[in-house]
Amino acid sequence: MAQARTSLPRTIAAHAVLIAYTLIALFPVFVILINSVKSRRAIFAHPLALPGPQSFDLIGFTTVLHQGDFLRYFENSMIVTVSSLALVLLFGAMAAFALSEYRFRGNTLMGLYLALGIMIPIRLGTVAILQMMVAGGLVNTLLALILVYTAQGLPLAVFILSEFMKTVSADLKNAGRIDGLSEYRIFFRLVLPLVRPAMATVAVFSMIPIWNDLWFPLILAPSEATKTLTLGSQVFIGQFVTNWNAVLASLSLAILPVLVLYLIFSRQLIRGITAGAVK
Amino acid sequence: MGNLKLSAVTKSFGMVDVIKGVDLEVNDGEFCVFVGPSGCGKSTLLRMIAGLEDCTSGDVLIDGARVNLTPPSKREIAMVFQSYALYPHLTVRDNMGLGLKQSGASTEEVRQSVARASAMLSLDPLLARRPAELSGGQRQRVAIGRAIVRTPKLFLFDEPLSNLDAALRVHTRIEIARLHRELSATMIYVTHDQVEAMTLADRIVVLNAGKVAQVGAPMTLYNDPDNTFVAGFIGSPQMNFLKAAALGLQAETLGIRPEHLAISREAGEFPGTISHVEHLGGETNVYIHTEPHGLLTVRLFGEHEFAVAEAVFLTPDPARRFLFDAKGDRLRE
Repeated sequence: MAQARTSLPRTIAAHAVLIAYTLIALFPVFVILINSVKSRRAIFAHPLALPGPQSFDLIGFTTVLHQGDFLRYFENSMIVTVSSLALVLLFGAMAAFALSEYRFRGNTLMGLYLALGIMIPIRLGTVAILQMMVAGGLVNTLLALILVYTAQGLPLAVFILSEFMKTVSADLKNAGRIDGLSEYRIFFRLVLPLVRPAMATVAVFSMIPIWNDLWFPLILAPSEATKTLTLGSQVFIGQFVTNWNAVLASLSLAILPVLVLYLIFSRQLIRGITAGAVK
Repeated sequence: MGNLKLSAVTKSFGMVDVIKGVDLEVNDGEFCVFVGPSGCGKSTLLRMIAGLEDCTSGDVLIDGARVNLTPPSKREIAMVFQSYALYPHLTVRDNMGLGLKQSGASTEEVRQSVARASAMLSLDPLLARRPAELSGGQRQRVAIGRAIVRTPKLFLFDEPLSNLDAALRVHTRIEIARLHRELSATMIYVTHDQVEAMTLADRIVVLNAGKVAQVGAPMTLYNDPDNTFVAGFIGSPQMNFLKAAALGLQAETLGIRPEHLAISREAGEFPGTISHVEHLGGETNVYIHTEPHGLLTVRLFGEHEFAVAEAVFLTPDPARRFLFDAKGDRLRE
């Protein structure tokens, strides 16, 4: 048995596929990183070469940090991503708990209605969203972005979390009810800690599209005070001239925060993905 | 104090009727066991008593007061679950004290109650641990301790021994029986295991398909079953059901327990062929194929030598036989 499961050719084949995929996935990131610390001439002459003594140049980073209010863009992106994420997780988990825990008329329909949001891209409603934000006086505020991203993230969050909540022992919740815990305490103290891996999965899947989005910041909050990092980087891309040093440098910087957030969630994420695989 | 009255309670999930009208009274201090095959509604009935499910119709009364609309925490009940259901983030001490704390008892009261319950179940060395650091048997003892702390009117047990291994099950069973004597509290216990029911109960309620099949003391059910369902469910190995017409009797079915069916190599009422023999040391179970009754079981005490394919004769003890009509109801002789 052990032989059959760990035969050498199989292991090599599996690793070859995984390594190939890793290389393909990391290659663009690698190119961005090496070119962000090269001079403009070196970027065009040898785009794949590693930075050497002649080609090493931090001009991109200095441009980025001096031109435009880059720290503010960073801050805006962080505020929008973290707030949206918090709201998606909170409301998503609460809705998922209600759908999985309580029997009420229209429960299944409600679940399907929420799942529909996964299939219909929110961008189809851009015009209506813009009209709503104008009417509500929310154009050029971070709140507009947070609201839109919360709406965008909720369907998937509800869908994934309600499946997970169904696996939480009913006995545990009932024990809480008999001990006189309120439904809120049952939800926050008993259920949420047990679905933490699923929460991390949802967090990562929701976080990346929010951080990288260009569409809604461009439409809803293009003012200087509310620009996000992705939108801010666009100032270096002109119709005729593009400051590649600056673009690559700002993209390299933009990787960092997501990387940090990802590392925070990743331990939980792996547990979430493999949950039920063993046992 | 703690008596329970169910009057005509029913429960439906959508179109499916799970409980089809149950009337029952459990007296103060009684150990009452609900037993039945899986899906018979025994757990649902317990959850209705606890208030975790609403009654579709009918009334639940605890100490004479109608509690249909009272939330579980106000019914003065405690429940022990099959999966223990300990709070994973709390220590054993906090797990046990939480219910009392929630009901507004002072810290000192909680401390004393926890100490009393923990002494009763020798949980003292475990009090500072978390549930993840306990074995299955320890967890179930903590869960029982948590129930004791609240000094409830009713103790509800939902298959508390099903997740334990055989040796621990016997041990915990004895412990529950001891607690019942010490606390002289009213206990309602749900199980699918008729051995647990027989050994623990003052009174057994046999449920079948959402209805009460029979209520009575363990030996009443064993010696005087009302129908084929109870006769077949209580007692192990299961009662033999013979075709009464083939034996010249005015009934549909003749029921005879394996220990009341005599086996002989020489002569008897009808013949058969041995198809299997189980030697358990203290007893020997012989399985015999007969025409037209099918496979019958004979239980012999002590060690006996029988060989497979041997031809034997069987004789039911006429004093211990039960006759049933076509609907499965008992015909009293």
